[in-house]
Amino acid sequence: MMDKRVETLGAALDGFGDGASVLVNGFGGAGVPFALIKAIENTSATNLTLILNSVRFVDGFAPRIFAERRVSKVICTAARSRGPDTANYEQQWLNGELEIEMVPQGTFAERIRAGGAGIPAFYTPTGAGTDLGDGKEARTFEGKPCILEQAITADFAIMRAARADRWGNVRFRGAQGNFGLAMAMAARTTIVETNDPGDKPIPPEDIHIPGIYVDRVLQHEDMSPANAGGI
Amino acid sequence: MQPLTRHQIAWRAAQDLTEGSYVNLGLGLPVLVANYKPQDRDLMFHSENGIVGVGPLATENEEDSDFVDAGSQKITLSPGAALFDSTQAFAMIRGGHLDVTLLGGFEVSETGDLANWDAKMTHKGQLVGGAMDLVTGAKSVRVTMQHTTKTGEPRLVENCSYPLTGVGTVDRVYTDLAVVDVTERGFVVREIVDGLSRDALQEKSGAKLAFADDCGTLDAPEL
Repeated sequence: MMDKRVETLGAALDGFGDGASVLVNGFGGAGVPFALIKAIENTSATNLTLILNSVRFVDGFAPRIFAERRVSKVICTAARSRGPDTANYEQQWLNGELEIEMVPQGTFAERIRAGGAGIPAFYTPTGAGTDLGDGKEARTFEGKPCILEQAITADFAIMRAARADRWGNVRFRGAQGNFGLAMAMAARTTIVETNDPGDKPIPPEDIHIPGIYVDRVLQHEDMSPANAGGI
Repeated sequence: MQPLTRHQIAWRAAQDLTEGSYVNLGLGLPVLVANYKPQDRDLMFHSENGIVGVGPLATENEEDSDFVDAGSQKITLSPGAALFDSTQAFAMIRGGHLDVTLLGGFEVSETGDLANWDAKMTHKGQLVGGAMDLVTGAKSVRVTMQHTTKTGEPRLVENCSYPLTGVGTVDRVYTDLAVVDVTERGFVVREIVDGLSRDALQEKSGAKLAFADDCGTLDAPEL
């Protein structure tokens, strides 16, 4: 019987360890897998690569991940903390101890989607002529300067969804979806946390992520802080 | 001479949004534009986290952490709204389906280059978000900003000194002093605030200004 449900955070993160790369869904607090992020903080895994829209919500919720210098690389669209202070990850970047690859958000989404769809690279005009396009292979299409962008894949993808069934099918609510589908496609192991017990199949026409992209489903309470969008 | 307030700049930018447009509003001043949408116009506001049809901010009773915009504000949806994932949100932008993007800016050059993403802060990380996609993909790129910096340096310039967001992409700039188009022959002033001479506006600008034949008064109601 196909059943992708796992019982514990430990089982959900089976195989997660040193050198892992992980795609983390979430935007403005919606769709963020806070329980899985906390569980990653509670491992001792080091030399991690985090691929996510904004660094600040991980650092705000699970500060030990950066404080213990367990991340070696971040691929993101936003690496600025709130307020005037310098966060640990900002200081590590300023010191040259943490690599941060800054990516325009549409290119970020498309690189991940491409990774999941078997497209190794693509040309886009976004970023051409800017610092973020520097050093990238350039070519002009229909009169527009474009740059070559490479696909992203990763060991793990983690996300939170309103519903996930035992077949791994996922349905989001509101703006939870954001990078979730692309990330599920691009990861070798995709883990979804949800309140859904998962016994009943999600109606097929309501599915946002087909279960073929999903490996593990964990029923877990939402650990979102009250100000999830503001951390 | 009375420069426009931030809200008045937003009001002025809102007047140019035409019926049926799909519009993305950037963080800061641009999001205020939604407040001044002319009543008789049906507009659809796009948010790059996966929404077309962003409605008013949620009241305390309406707040729901699954319904947020790209600025992490809790929002409501307007009738006719649609929700989708980030790849779709950016296909709309990059595929040329979005009519207007309104963004803040540090500098705009006379050839339409925009610098708005990297202020070269010495103690903070970088943030690019969707700005580079928006200025490259949207049909019309409009910028709202103060005409000069706090220290009086011009923001309309021959060449941007800050890192670029996009090249040759800005169509119109709304400032506290003027409405300025970027054309093939450089900056063309469409409106200027009452009591400010053309020479004085030129003084506050870092590139040559031309003035439209029908250059009018930049006026906004008390807000």
